[in-house]
Amino acid sequence: MSEALATMPAATSTPPRRTGILGDRIFFWIVTACGLIVLAALLAAAASMLWGGLSAFRTFGFGFITGTEWDPVAGHFAGLVPIYGTLVTSALAMIIGVPVSLGIAVFITEVAPRAIRGPVGGAIELLAGIPSIIYGMWGLFTFAPFMSDYVQPILIDWLGPIPLIGALFSGAPLGIGMLTSGIVLAVMIIPFISSVMRDVFLVVPPQLKESAYALGSTKWEVVRDIVIPHTRTAVVGGIFLGLGRALGETMAVTFVLGNTHNIAISLMEPGTSIAATLANEFAEASDDLYRSSLTALGLILFVVTFIVLAAAKVMLVRMARQRGE
Amino acid sequence: MFTKKLLSTCLGAGLAAVFAMSASAADITGAGSTFVYPVLSKWSADYNKINGDKLNYQSIGSGGGIAQIKAATVDFGASDAPMKPEDLQAAGLGQFPVVVGGIVPVINVKGIASGQLKLSGKVLADIFLGNVNKWNDKAIADLNPGLKLPDSQIAVVHRSDGSGTSFNWTNFFSKVNPDWKSKVGEGTAVNWPVGIGGKGNEGVAAYVTRVKDSIGYVEYAYALQNKLPFALVQNAAGQYPKPNAESFGAAAASAEWGTAKDFFLIMTNAPGEKAWPITATTWAIMYKQPKDAARSKAAFDFFKWALEKGQKEASSLDYVPLPETLVKQIEGYWTSEFKG
Repeated sequence: MSEALATMPAATSTPPRRTGILGDRIFFWIVTACGLIVLAALLAAAASMLWGGLSAFRTFGFGFITGTEWDPVAGHFAGLVPIYGTLVTSALAMIIGVPVSLGIAVFITEVAPRAIRGPVGGAIELLAGIPSIIYGMWGLFTFAPFMSDYVQPILIDWLGPIPLIGALFSGAPLGIGMLTSGIVLAVMIIPFISSVMRDVFLVVPPQLKESAYALGSTKWEVVRDIVIPHTRTAVVGGIFLGLGRALGETMAVTFVLGNTHNIAISLMEPGTSIAATLANEFAEASDDLYRSSLTALGLILFVVTFIVLAAAKVMLVRMARQRGE
Repeated sequence: MFTKKLLSTCLGAGLAAVFAMSASAADITGAGSTFVYPVLSKWSADYNKINGDKLNYQSIGSGGGIAQIKAATVDFGASDAPMKPEDLQAAGLGQFPVVVGGIVPVINVKGIASGQLKLSGKVLADIFLGNVNKWNDKAIADLNPGLKLPDSQIAVVHRSDGSGTSFNWTNFFSKVNPDWKSKVGEGTAVNWPVGIGGKGNEGVAAYVTRVKDSIGYVEYAYALQNKLPFALVQNAAGQYPKPNAESFGAAAASAEWGTAKDFFLIMTNAPGEKAWPITATTWAIMYKQPKDAARSKAAFDFFKWALEKGQKEASSLDYVPLPETLVKQIEGYWTSEFKG
């Protein structure tokens, strides 16, 4: 090698470049390897879950997704109840979390005085670092009692009698259940969504915003017509990052969802989610079919998350096309 | 998240295997039941001081313990549910009880103090079936003349995770309530007809403390630590003993261990006059002809010490020492069944 290098100047007369090319090659292979690791891990995870869940899918067929029975004693397994619980709690989390996150991001970037932007931003990032078990314990010991003593009785009394919507708010104020889980999940994903939103709102060119203000726009109009359209790809990305976390959240949900294999219309009722079912039952699932059914549930969660992310991508592409970009 | 769980499980198994291989000959490895983890840790610390041998126990759950011993990555597995004699024979394994503990129904009903409420096994199972759903139901009132029962819904709390506690609880129900046996059955996890699920003993304890008019079940130690009011349960002899070391011990002593092959006997609904009806034990499972005789012998030495000398520590952690006759039977089983 050193010999080759020594002869190089005579051959090309640009030695630094040649070593640069070599360095570039190495760099190329290193980053490619990093990228491939992600891909390989993803494929391996999918393949091993498919392999593990195969006997459940073979035994129960399509009924595994549409059935509601989960009876470890009789060996009948079907996943609709946890799938339903996962989707409902995540949807609740998004309904609550996205507007609040948007508000936080707008407050920090557009409204707040400079002096408090830093502290509020830092606080959000700190919230993102709290382990989920802490949220779960807070949810069970602090938030659930608060819900059962103050929030749920009011909801049941006020909204319960209304036709249609009332069904969502009926039942006993246990303090744990779908609604509580949705709110706890919202608190957990707000830091993720709002910090992404804040970061991208900060890079909107000030000229654009200042022009709009010069034309007499209010702050809300600037946010709605300039900031959000300019950053929508990243904003949607941030929202789906939060949704991905909500779908897969395990510990916090296990603590406050009630862990009941039961589909109820009411948001006050306990239920279960895929991740909670896995966390609860995997350790003691000694039977092969039982274990396989749990693995199959994991695969379903994987697929649901994949579909959600794919839908987000499609939505972004459509939006871009409509605008003729 | 799931992949994380799976990964950690695999990692756990992998680590157990690595530990098993890297440990020196005198180190004993075990895995399984979370129920015995506190007492095994205590034993391990004391035994280490006396003998120098170290015990490395991973409380990954009974199902995991059985899987690990079948894969021969550990010296012993520990399970809250016994393996069937034919399964043991097929795998070349033997099993024996290690320690005894009790499971108690805990309640949170205003105006009812600890030990006041009496329930028969059948009525208790009916509550968990949803057949009896009010505290002033005639079935409960008939058993408690003179006790003022509220006119409120019963909130049932059960374990959400698979556990040996649930196994013994549902096994007791299956023995005393035919309806339960046909509709739900017994297992570490079952299809609970009613109620909410708490994760672990601590989860059930938290829910029962939080939810008004609730009833749940926990290991005796948790009821003590959380000062949860408990209910009395009628035993097979028709008596209502208090849940304590004495009544758990009476259950262990009155159970027919002598005729149970491979100690395949679940102690619930034991016949003794003073026996607590929901008493449980954990089994250690080991190879009859181990590949590594020296390591297996170290494990036996440990259990021999634990059964003979370690039972005092067990009592301090609210477990119950095995009755002496049972210890003798176990030692007889060791010499007759295990080689090396």
